[in-house]
Amino acid sequence: MTGSSSKTLLDPLFESNPIALQVLGICSALAVTSKMETALVMCLAVISVLAMSNLSISLLRHLIPSNVRIIVQLTIIASLVIMTDQILKAYVYEISKQLSVFVGLIITNCIIMGRAEAFAMQNGPLESLLDGVGNGLGYSVVLMATAFLRELLAQGTVFGAVVLPKVHDGGWYYPNGLLGVSAGAFFLIGLFIWALRCWKTDQVEQGG
Amino acid sequence: MRHSALYTILFSAAVCVVCAVLVSSAAVSLKDSQLRNAALDKQRNVLFAAGLAEPGEALTTERTQALFERVRPVVIDLSTGEEVPAADPASFDQARAAKDPATSREAPDNKASVQRVPDRALVYEVQEGGEPVMAVLPIEGYGLWSTLYGFLAVARDGETVQGITYYQHGETPGLGGEVDNPKWKALWPGRRVYDDSGRPAIRVIKGTAGPPASDPFQVDGLTGATITSNGVTAMLEFWLGETGFRRYLERFREDQTP
Repeated sequence: MTGSSSKTLLDPLFESNPIALQVLGICSALAVTSKMETALVMCLAVISVLAMSNLSISLLRHLIPSNVRIIVQLTIIASLVIMTDQILKAYVYEISKQLSVFVGLIITNCIIMGRAEAFAMQNGPLESLLDGVGNGLGYSVVLMATAFLRELLAQGTVFGAVVLPKVHDGGWYYPNGLLGVSAGAFFLIGLFIWALRCWKTDQVEQGG
Repeated sequence: MRHSALYTILFSAAVCVVCAVLVSSAAVSLKDSQLRNAALDKQRNVLFAAGLAEPGEALTTERTQALFERVRPVVIDLSTGEEVPAADPASFDQARAAKDPATSREAPDNKASVQRVPDRALVYEVQEGGEPVMAVLPIEGYGLWSTLYGFLAVARDGETVQGITYYQHGETPGLGGEVDNPKWKALWPGRRVYDDSGRPAIRVIKGTAGPPASDPFQVDGLTGATITSNGVTAMLEFWLGETGFRRYLERFREDQTP
C-alpha cells in the first residue's frame, strides 16, 4: 500500500475523525451505544454502506450531471441502506430488532453524504473505497469506545458478559443510570473530543 | 461539467431503475428468511414466558421447534372467550386485526394507553400429555417511552402466574429496560392475578414485595422506573380485565376435566 492510500485509510481514525473533528453522525452515536453488541453491528453496517456508496459514486462521478448530483447520491445511499437493513433482518434478526429504526436512519447520517460529496466525487474508486472504510472505522472507534464505557458502567457487562456484578443481582456494583440513557453518551463523546484535542492540538478550533 | 437536460433525465431514470431492481431483488430474495425469523422469534418468547426454556438460553431453530411441539396456538373470541375453530392460527395476525376497524373496536378508557382491542386474539396453550396446562397470553401497553409487547403465562387454574416476558420495548436500558432482567422475571411465577372478587389485582409496587405465598398480588418495583412499573400494572389490569382475557381464562379454567 502506498503512503497516500494508507493515509486515506487511517487518517479518519484520529487525525480527521468524522465524529470528533467534523462532529458528524452524532445522533446514531448516542442512540445505539447502550450495548456493545448493537453498536458493533451498527458499525459494520455503516462501514459497508459508506464503502459501497463511496465506491459506486466514485465510479459514476464523471457521469453524474452536477445539477442533480445530490439527489443521485442520496438515491444510491438509500438503496444501499435498505439492502443492509434487509440483510440484517434476514440474518441477525435479534440485533436488527434492537437497532430498530437506526439502520434506516443511516441514510441521514451526515458522514455518508459528506464523504460522497467531499471525497468520492473528486477521487478514483480505489481511493474512495479506502476513504469510506477509513471513515467508517473512525466512526466505529468512537462508537465502540462509547458503547464499552456505557455498557460497563450502566450495566456492569462487556458484550453481555458480567464484569461488574450489580448490587441488584447480589454483587457490589452500583450501576450508573445516567450512562444508560442517551444523554450520558453526550458526556462520553464530549470527553473523547476533549482528550483527542489535548493530544492533537491542531484540531482545536481558533477564535470565538 | 454541463450536460443536456435530456441526458440528466435519462441518467436519473437509469439510476432509479438500477437502484429499484437491486432493492426489490434483495427484499424478495430475503423475505422468506425474514418471515421465518419473525415467527421463530415469537415462538421463542412464548417458550420463555411459559418457562419451557431457561431465561437467556440461546434457543436454536431445531430446539425451538421441538419445544414448540407442545404448544398449540389458538385463535379465540375475546368477548366470549371461546375458541374460533374457523380461524387459522398460522395466518392470524393480531396486530393487524387490532388496526382494522372491521375486526376491532375502540378500547374503553384505560391506563395502559391501549387504543384498539381486536375482536379475536391469538393465545398459546401449552400442553402436557394432550391436556392444556397453561395459557400464554399476549399483552401490550405503554410504559415511559414506548409500548411494551410481551406475554403472560397463566396456569390451568386461570389465576396463577407461570411467567412473564417482554419481547419488544424501548424503555431506558438499566432502568425500565430491566423488565428484561431474569431476576425480576423470576419474581412472577406463583403470584395470583385475580383477587377473591375476581378483579385483576396483581400490581407492581414501589419497593419490595414478599414471597408469592404470603404476598400473592404484588411484585417488586423496578428501581428508578416507576412509570414503566406502573405501565406493567396498567397493562395487566387491562388485559386480564373484562375487555381482555377474563372470559377466556374463565373458560380455560372451567373446561378442566374433573
